[in-house]
Amino acid sequence: KGFSFDNCRRNAFMAKQGVKLPSARKTGTTIVGVIFDEGVILGADTRATGGSIVADLNCEKIHYIADNIYCCGAGTAADTEFTTNMVASKMELLKLRTGREGRVISSLRMLKQYLFRYQGHVSAALVLGGVDVNGPALHSVFPHGSSDKVPYVTMGSGSLAAMSVFEDQYKVGLNEEEAKKIVRDAIRAGIINDLGSGSNVDITVIKKGSVKQYRPYEVICQKSERQGDYSFPVGTTVVTSSVEMVPFSALRVTDEEVMEIS
Amino acid sequence: SSGINAECPLRPGYFEIAKMAGLFSTNMHLPRQVDMKERVADFWRDEATLSQPKKHTLRPIVTGTSVLGIKTKDGVVIAADTLGSYGSLARFRDVSRLMKVNESTIIGGFGDYADFQHIMKLLNQQTIDDKVIGDGVYRDAVSIHNWLRCVLYNRRSKMNPLWNTIIVAGASYSGEPYLGYVDKIGVSFEDKSVATGFGSYIAQPMLRKAIEENPNMTIDEAKHLMVRCLRVLFYRDCRSLNRFQIGVVGGGDCSISEPISADTDWSIGANPSGYE
Repeated sequence: KGFSFDNCRRNAFMAKQGVKLPSARKTGTTIVGVIFDEGVILGADTRATGGSIVADLNCEKIHYIADNIYCCGAGTAADTEFTTNMVASKMELLKLRTGREGRVISSLRMLKQYLFRYQGHVSAALVLGGVDVNGPALHSVFPHGSSDKVPYVTMGSGSLAAMSVFEDQYKVGLNEEEAKKIVRDAIRAGIINDLGSGSNVDITVIKKGSVKQYRPYEVICQKSERQGDYSFPVGTTVVTSSVEMVPFSALRVTDEEVMEIS
Repeated sequence: SSGINAECPLRPGYFEIAKMAGLFSTNMHLPRQVDMKERVADFWRDEATLSQPKKHTLRPIVTGTSVLGIKTKDGVVIAADTLGSYGSLARFRDVSRLMKVNESTIIGGFGDYADFQHIMKLLNQQTIDDKVIGDGVYRDAVSIHNWLRCVLYNRRSKMNPLWNTIIVAGASYSGEPYLGYVDKIGVSFEDKSVATGFGSYIAQPMLRKAIEENPNMTIDEAKHLMVRCLRVLFYRDCRSLNRFQIGVVGGGDCSISEPISADTDWSIGANPSGYE
């Protein structure tokens, strides 16, 4: 179980020969979470990068874990996708087994134990938030398996830009509109000031008994109107002579040879 | 026996007396007799080191953290904290990283403090030279920025950089506010808001947003914005201090304030919450 490291020797040999190994597609992200008076708001940008190219302009970084629990993911896109899918499956099985609504700390434990087992090689930095019987809960999970319980958190390459907004404007007991505004401001700061983040702001508002997903909440990077018109007016090309077109049906079959394909 | 300690060969010094008394059990006090083999080995070792490139500045020792600058219509505001860090030790807590060059320019230094002191010394001498010429014209912020760019780029081209990022805040000859940035590798530009180090990740987004929302900022509003940025930096930069100076060039005034502190709110740490 776990990773098979058989190919490492081959990869080292190839690297020595000068073969450039493909780089993992990262989300180069800004993801945030904040607790407000009725629940949790998770926010994320929507740009996925592969090296310095934008691989996906509108990818979804807020993943479903359970009806009342969602998780934003930064780091390697495949790692966050598969890890959150796996935990979502386990939470559903747990819900069927216990007959109860899932708790945020259950999914937190599953994520931490999985990531610690892989010693940081599964490059998934997550912001896990939800509302359960114990109230609203927000946690950050790091690739090596540590977690933090915090009232507000940011992760990803744009995390410092987003954190500057939170540290400046967060206060205890925000209402929904104020919380949505600071989440939007934080993601916007990441989108504008960080090259790894871009496109739109996605928001998920989780309250007791209801989840509202805004995808997108706001479009920051809009493709502008094309400036020039490249169509040519009719009559630009001078017609020197014309040829009468012969319809295909007018052709007479003189010889037919069918290829054997069986 | 060593004749060095004896003032007169016939009159023994302390050394000779102790030797006569038999107090030395080894010959460690005598110069080492190096034989030819060792001297040949020394020669080749020195050759080896001489044939390698000469190494210069490898790393900064006493460092200053972020310097922030913002340009408004009436003038420029620059800010830096008063900490000189010795690695992770907050060693010198009363260091002035802002320097008033002349009546039109203030510079702020990030990075190695020794190299910044060297730059301050050179700029001081420049100001004295300007004064001595006596024509009433002093170098303006643009000239000083240009001079710093030349010096820093030249040093990096000799692979011996001055390990600093300098923010130049002031007024040009025409009186227009000017805000420039020069790096240890000679990168130089001017902008409406600049920040070095951690400030470029944390404070620059805040400065840019404030300029976008309020293009006609006054100097007072800019100062309040600086305090907000420095507060967030104190929360999030490990190598910062909640004691800083704010310099202003504008409105006929060019001065650096006394050190002040921002009030901070640590109430989110009040309830013990653990990690799960």
